[in-house]
Amino acid sequence: MSINIRRVLGVALTVAASAAFAAGAQKATFGFGATPPETELVRFFSPLPDGRGLPKGSGSVAQGKTVYEAQCVACHGENLQGGIGDRLIGGRGSLVNTDPKKAPVKTVESYWPYATTLFDYIKRSMPFTAPDSLTSDQVYAVTAYILAQAKIVPDDAVLGADNLAKVRMPNRDGVVPDRRPERFPAPANTPHQSLATAPAAK
Amino acid sequence: MTHADIAEANAERPTSGTDQILADEARALAQKRTDPGSPYSSGSGPRRADRRRFVLGSMAAFGVGSALTRHASAAAPLGATEHDVPADASKVQGYPLADESYGTRSQFETEVRTRFKTSTPQSSWTFTPLEKSCGIVTPSGLHFERSHGGTAVIDPATHSLYVHGMVRQPKKFSMKDLRRFPSTSRIMFLECSGNGLTEWSKPTLRTVQGTHGLTSTSEWTGVSLATILNEAGVRSGTKWLLAEGGDAAAMTRSIPLAKALQDCFLAYGQNGEAIRPEQGYPLRLMVPGYEGNMNIKWLRRLELSDAPFMTREETSKYTDLLPDGKAVQFSYEMEAKPVITAPSGEMMLDGPGFHEITGIAWSGRGTIRRVDVSTDGGKTWRQAALQGPVLPICHTRFRLPWKWDGQEAILQSRCVDETGYVQPTLGQLVAVRGLNGPLGSIYHLNAIQSWHVATDGKVSNVHQY
Repeated sequence: MSINIRRVLGVALTVAASAAFAAGAQKATFGFGATPPETELVRFFSPLPDGRGLPKGSGSVAQGKTVYEAQCVACHGENLQGGIGDRLIGGRGSLVNTDPKKAPVKTVESYWPYATTLFDYIKRSMPFTAPDSLTSDQVYAVTAYILAQAKIVPDDAVLGADNLAKVRMPNRDGVVPDRRPERFPAPANTPHQSLATAPAAK
Repeated sequence: MTHADIAEANAERPTSGTDQILADEARALAQKRTDPGSPYSSGSGPRRADRRRFVLGSMAAFGVGSALTRHASAAAPLGATEHDVPADASKVQGYPLADESYGTRSQFETEVRTRFKTSTPQSSWTFTPLEKSCGIVTPSGLHFERSHGGTAVIDPATHSLYVHGMVRQPKKFSMKDLRRFPSTSRIMFLECSGNGLTEWSKPTLRTVQGTHGLTSTSEWTGVSLATILNEAGVRSGTKWLLAEGGDAAAMTRSIPLAKALQDCFLAYGQNGEAIRPEQGYPLRLMVPGYEGNMNIKWLRRLELSDAPFMTREETSKYTDLLPDGKAVQFSYEMEAKPVITAPSGEMMLDGPGFHEITGIAWSGRGTIRRVDVSTDGGKTWRQAALQGPVLPICHTRFRLPWKWDGQEAILQSRCVDETGYVQPTLGQLVAVRGLNGPLGSIYHLNAIQSWHVATDGKVSNVHQY
């Protein structure tokens, strides 16, 4: 592949200088790198909360119990109460809390806003001793088991690529966008008093 | 790690990570206090005999080579090699220059990273020792670590970066490909958004390493992400991209496309050499000014999308839970924050008189414009000198001369960044964020730090606001 050096340098400068680089308007390329064969991309997965990108497969709560007992119980406990690994269920109602001595109980049940996240996380990084070793069916199954233990889906649920995104998590509306920067008044009689009013925060 | 190891670790599971690191901190301090050269020493203890072995002149003259290599032993601090110490280094030859070498630090320097005792050493973090830091750059071997599945071992010859999703043409880049592109480099800080998480409701860890050690600065070198995305061609409608690591956690975060195109880059270099394994060798996504977790290590894949992926790290972990039960999500910027590194927690001042107060300040929103220092707990402030270079999104060293009168004092530093953002006191920050449990909202604590100086010169971590 031939490269027009002048053109390439121009592109490099333009790209570096322009924060307003518009998506959709491809500039001249260097042409380095290759086109990956589809066979190399199939190992990757990254579902979106609406279910796009979920790998094919499904599993039942009952199947998930078997997977859990073989693969998860050592770290997360017989009752999903946690151990070396995080506690997985419980904690609903504990998130509203102003007691600095009592910790909120953040679990899949109480805190995780999307069921697709649970599938994604288990599939990519669990079990801790052998990450990315479970089949998609096994991961759907153990996802169903955890959600059933959390009383989010019924005990006879079968979850898969077509219905996981429809599971509504208890804390679905529990996230808010970042509101920073907060404005803090400078204490009186300090050099900061004048600075606080000088340039406007972005 | 096997299931048997897990069972064993479960059985031995200690009280808490904080209790354990407090115990570790106490042990390390007791050790340092025996060295009169340490800022933690009151200057009266015996020197560590094992590192200060004196060699008789005649013996050194008799067999230079053997005498000097004999003690390359476990007695040396990490990162150093033990050498015999002559009574007068000008009377004997020093140790020879090796034909090939990498280099070590002095055997008299003992600062090390310390690990927070999480339940596994794979999903864990280590703190940079800031107490003796000078200048702005963190030595690569002391750069803080935060990993979720251990340090991945990746051969760069077989490593690939895939770019796919909403692109015109999916691409695969080898490390060799990536190094062909025009390079970019910047000296910048990385800070874990959990830096200081133990300090929300009460002063907990005792040294500046424990309270502020999850920030470090390196020169990072690589290729602009905009350049790489242009190779694949960003399709219209793209708003986000997923960055994925090739470690056991296959760590993932969603990055807003605007940020990706603005100033993100893919680093293969750190402080003039290849990036360290624990920092993501051979390739790390750099997201300037944003929380450390987004700077995905061992980067193997970028997937472009029209929506955020809502990964575990950006929903259930790196979110800031407020007292009303709502969690702030996508809190990206690391806000302006300084800390006095000396004098700092557990140090001993050698009597009244002149002491330089020095520290670092940084802001994820740009350049530090001003640092003020108080020695009376915030009643009055004096402007500190900023030591160049003063760079955007980078540790900035500040200094202030101080004549200690021997009375109780409370040292604080407060900074303003180029956006005009004035750093809050802890009281102001807690008034806004609340305290949902002992660790508050865990992340993004950037309040003013207070160090109490007692009349005997002992410095300690306190809350004063």
